[in-house]
Amino acid sequence: MTPAQKPARQTIRLNDTVYETTFTKKYAHRKPYQPKDPSRLTAIIPGLILTPIAQPGDQVRQGQDLLILEAMKMQNHITAHDDVTVKAVHVVPGETVTKGQLLMEFEPLPDAL
Amino acid sequence: MSMPKKMKDHAVRHAEATEPHPEAARKQAAQGKLLARERITAILDQDSFHEYDLFVEHKCSDFGMEKKQLPGDGVITGTGTILGHPVAIFAQDFTVAGGSLGLAHARKITKIMDHAIKLGIPLIGINDSGGARIQEGVNSLAGYGEIFYRNTLASGVIPQISIILGPCAGGAVYSPALTDFVFVVDKISKMFITGPEVIKTVLGEEISMENLGGARVQAEMTGNAHFYAQSEAECFEQVKRLVTYIPWNNRKKADAFSVIPSRSEIGLEHIIPAESNKPYDVRDVIRAVCDGSDFMEVQALWAANIVVGFARMDGRTVGMIANQPMVLAGVLDVDSSDKAARFIRFCDAFNIPLVTFVDLPGYLPGIDQEHAGVIRHGAKLLYAYSEATVPKITVILRKAYGGGYIAMCSRHLGADFVFAWPCAEIAVMGPEGAANIIFKGEIAAATDPEAFRKEKVKEYTEKFASPYVAAANGHVDAVIAPHQTRDFLLHALEISAEKQELRPERKHGVPPF
Repeated sequence: MTPAQKPARQTIRLNDTVYETTFTKKYAHRKPYQPKDPSRLTAIIPGLILTPIAQPGDQVRQGQDLLILEAMKMQNHITAHDDVTVKAVHVVPGETVTKGQLLMEFEPLPDAL
Repeated sequence: MSMPKKMKDHAVRHAEATEPHPEAARKQAAQGKLLARERITAILDQDSFHEYDLFVEHKCSDFGMEKKQLPGDGVITGTGTILGHPVAIFAQDFTVAGGSLGLAHARKITKIMDHAIKLGIPLIGINDSGGARIQEGVNSLAGYGEIFYRNTLASGVIPQISIILGPCAGGAVYSPALTDFVFVVDKISKMFITGPEVIKTVLGEEISMENLGGARVQAEMTGNAHFYAQSEAECFEQVKRLVTYIPWNNRKKADAFSVIPSRSEIGLEHIIPAESNKPYDVRDVIRAVCDGSDFMEVQALWAANIVVGFARMDGRTVGMIANQPMVLAGVLDVDSSDKAARFIRFCDAFNIPLVTFVDLPGYLPGIDQEHAGVIRHGAKLLYAYSEATVPKITVILRKAYGGGYIAMCSRHLGADFVFAWPCAEIAVMGPEGAANIIFKGEIAAATDPEAFRKEKVKEYTEKFASPYVAAANGHVDAVIAPHQTRDFLLHALEISAEKQELRPERKHGVPPF
């Protein structure tokens, strides 16, 4: 058995004063903020892909079904957040996905004109 | 001074104190923001606003403050009515020293709060302030503390509404957080404890004010805001609508409205798909049973896997709570438990009966959920339902499995009436999982395990995935056809109007905050 290690002292700067302190594990391992990328669809919940409805090249409207993700005994309809073109589909029916896995990528609709 | 002179003097003083500084007013308008006085006029009934403490002055004499005259010390306070309902209101005025809070400013707010508590009328606060008035030092902090203290004393006594119409940062943002409902407006509201600059110097991370604590973030990600609007005008309509649903104080019930029949109850059978793994919008069920299909959702954008909000049944306000199969299969998780628990406690504090619609697979499994403390947060929901003594009526629409069944205002947590639709499945867990566990050995030993497993799932489904086992045990009071739902709810609410439930004496409970 190894004795509990004395945590290393760190410094933190608040209101122009430097304080000596220790960090919590959570603070030390925090991830930098990443804004949500609207061109990527990731799984909100782990589950099973049933039917990808949208195909690459499809132009979809906001609220339209993109795919069905079965999870928690429910066929969850994943819908488009905006009017976009489907650029790539990264999953096939029957595939099990983990939370946060990339499912689809989008690009803006080509201008109507 | 002669009388006419005194009158003239009063008019001049009044004008000086109320007329906005033109340059500051122009800046406010450039940001799409109304002036504090315009906001009050827009929310209250015409000519109902009565202002107090217009001539209050600050007493600070440091850092050149003695030469500065601040009209009303940067906050407007008074009383008025909204659609005939009396309210106390204060609005911070960003055009006066950036709406900064000094001691006199704070004392005006605490005075109107004390009035509201004593008179038993709702309090509305409009926050638009740069923060503490640095020149006043610790006195300005004292001011914040005195406001927070009163927010807490008023909690559960009078409804408290906060409207964030500008920056609300640092300690100041704790006042709205202590109130019952927070309204935000896109691009105008900014709420955070430490701003982007501090975050940059301490952590080296860069983020815009909007992405850190803008209206959308507060309404969608953090759950700090309850109502989100695109403009101030839309926000004020939301405030007015909310005020019609809530009572003046905790000794009263919300005003009754004339009864408008529901519009679409006949369609109830068709809203819910027969297969229990198909989603639908549970708000359609709520609209189908409530008066005029009129439902005011609270925190619509955050933790959307549970739906909470106000509606009327026979003209009386009811708090609706429903699992939303359309979002995350309607599971309970950290955020949805938190959201529902808070709403239930508001309703219980203000004599608003609770109607719960149940259709959920259970609590969300996951490492992130467990590590985020789903045990503690999930327990808040059990606590809130068990603690509530207002009439509690539950309708089990479809799935009610395991811990989720218990948590969603089951008979066991003190529901007065529990109804179930014929398609309800009330069981310890879903048929697949149950059969897999009960017949684990037999399935493994069978010559055709998959066929045997399917047979056992079918057997379990037929025997237990129904409302009748629960009904046979008295856990469900009546199995009702969907089209009978409104009738059963109206009757249950009518006969529970005078419900009384006594609890052991205590100072207060200790909920798992």
